[in-house]
Amino acid sequence: MRYSIFSLARNALSRHRRWPRAWRSPEPKPEYDVVIVGGGGHGLAAAYYLAKLHGITRVAVLEKGWLGGGNTGRNTTIVRSNYLLEPNAHFYEHSLKLWEGLAHDLNYNVMFSQRAVVNLTHTDAQIDASRRRGNAMRLNGIDAEWLSLGEVQAMIPLLDCSPNARFPINGGLVQRRGGTARHDAVAWGFARGADARGVDIIQNCEVTGIRRDGARVVGVETTRGYIGAKKVGIAVAGNSSRLAAMAGIRLPMESHVLQAAVTEPLKPAIHTVVTSGAAHVYISQTDKGEILMGGSLDFYNSYAQRGNLPALEHVIQGAISLFPFLSRLRLMRTWGGVMDMTMDGSPILGKLPVEGLYIDGGWCYGGFKATPGAGWCHAWTIANDEPHPLNAAFRLDRFHRGEILDEKGAGASPQAH
Amino acid sequence: MMLITCPWCGPRAHVEFTYGGDATVARPAAPDAVTAEAWLDHVYLRDNPRGPHDEWWQHTSGCRSWIKVRRDTWTHRVHGSGPPEANLGGDEHR
Ligand SMILES: Cc1cc2nc3c(=O)[nH]c(=O)nc-3n(C[C@H](O)[C@H](O)[C@H](O)COP(=O)(O)OP(=O)(O)OC[C@H]3O[C@@H](n4cnc5c(N)ncnc54)[C@H](O)[C@@H]3O)c2cc1C
Ligand SMILES: [Zn+2]
Repeated sequence: MRYSIFSLARNALSRHRRWPRAWRSPEPKPEYDVVIVGGGGHGLAAAYYLAKLHGITRVAVLEKGWLGGGNTGRNTTIVRSNYLLEPNAHFYEHSLKLWEGLAHDLNYNVMFSQRAVVNLTHTDAQIDASRRRGNAMRLNGIDAEWLSLGEVQAMIPLLDCSPNARFPINGGLVQRRGGTARHDAVAWGFARGADARGVDIIQNCEVTGIRRDGARVVGVETTRGYIGAKKVGIAVAGNSSRLAAMAGIRLPMESHVLQAAVTEPLKPAIHTVVTSGAAHVYISQTDKGEILMGGSLDFYNSYAQRGNLPALEHVIQGAISLFPFLSRLRLMRTWGGVMDMTMDGSPILGKLPVEGLYIDGGWCYGGFKATPGAGWCHAWTIANDEPHPLNAAFRLDRFHRGEILDEKGAGASPQAH
Repeated sequence: MMLITCPWCGPRAHVEFTYGGDATVARPAAPDAVTAEAWLDHVYLRDNPRGPHDEWWQHTSGCRSWIKVRRDTWTHRVHGSGPPEANLGGDEHR
């Protein structure tokens, strides 16, 4: 069924009891042309674009839990393309452009809201670095604008811009086309679009092994039996090392936990996304009215999908230092997600050294905004058995070749990016 | 909060420590003699296990010593700790 004002009116008359299911729940077939491991936004997007753009529809997405129950449903939903290095800039800008047309393309409201992303600066050195990044973005055809302190204050009235602030603010870089999206809707929209084109979405199906015939992948072992596959794409966020290990491959990454929290809902108060590197915090207000906050890692290896209070306390301190009124709100929920932290802070999206095996992982803090772009590139790479120019630089062997993509210049550390 | 026992100071909250990563990663003994692959292995590749993990922590808000801790990355349970040369038992990791 196409969603429209008419379908809404029709279903309102039947008291919304006759909406059809948005996707099927089929039994796994014995074999597929492509199996995608991981039913987050990335895996579902890859399946969608394989079917839509490459005509490959004998595809299954295998998800160990439920759709979007991983980082897709746990992130702070910031979407932006404000990168310094060219390969990152071009890839994320492609993804941002897909976001701009996504609700239309999927016939599903992903609530993409281009409410602007403001990166605050607090020191002269940060101004230099921000302006340099802004200039690099503009040279790459991406919108960026420098804001004076007065302009920041006008845009974000409740922000403490006084000289008495814990980290006094002196300006900011804004990307007005950046914003937020509704996390679950992204997974559901891609799932519905993929399913409508014949993709089998199979939940509660954990991949436990990757079967090979010599140098070629031939299928996957799962908790619901063996499933043959000519090609296998891995999109499992924090579990990439474990999946790669099933094929005998070690990856340049560690899994770490990142936490986030929301307050009780309130009237519209913060109209943009606000981030501060110095205060280690990023903040926005959800459409439900909650103030959503995230910060840095807990800083120890973890697969636990939950963290400890000190890291959360640090995030909240940072948030209150920027917006003192937050101190009077109650915290409603906190949670954590497991993330692939790569050694240079950039993703790994391309072929693995086993024929027919591909990976889309290593997104560190920022893979939600990559969802449409990564699915698009992953599908292209699988269909053509070689990377698209947009993801060529995200190859795994860049570490071997010394072509690392270290956006921050922080060196070989999974925690530093 | 995780409770980590510093062999010199006793049980302390993990916020007193700074994390130093995988303790099974060893710098090649003869750096001039090793291959590019061995450097790749040392600098970039990690086992990244879900389960017991030997790791470095520095007691930065205490005696400042580096210690070795065996901790489960799946449950956050601390299985044991000791000085850097300690063998904390179990070799399922590596
Ligand atoms: C707290 C937090 C805040 C974040 N904030 C932002 C942000 O503001 N902006 C941004 O761009 N990014 C952000 N991120 C990162 C972003 O959430 C992720 O990079 C992105 O959602 C990854 O999407 P995915 O589809 O690859 O992963 P997921 O949604 O995690 O999907 C992977 C799926 O694979 C499944 N899986 C794992 N192992 C197996 C197996 N063996 N068999 C079958 N299935 C398996 C999992 O159950 C999971 O559903 C944040 C992350 C966290 C945790
Ligand atoms: Zn000590």
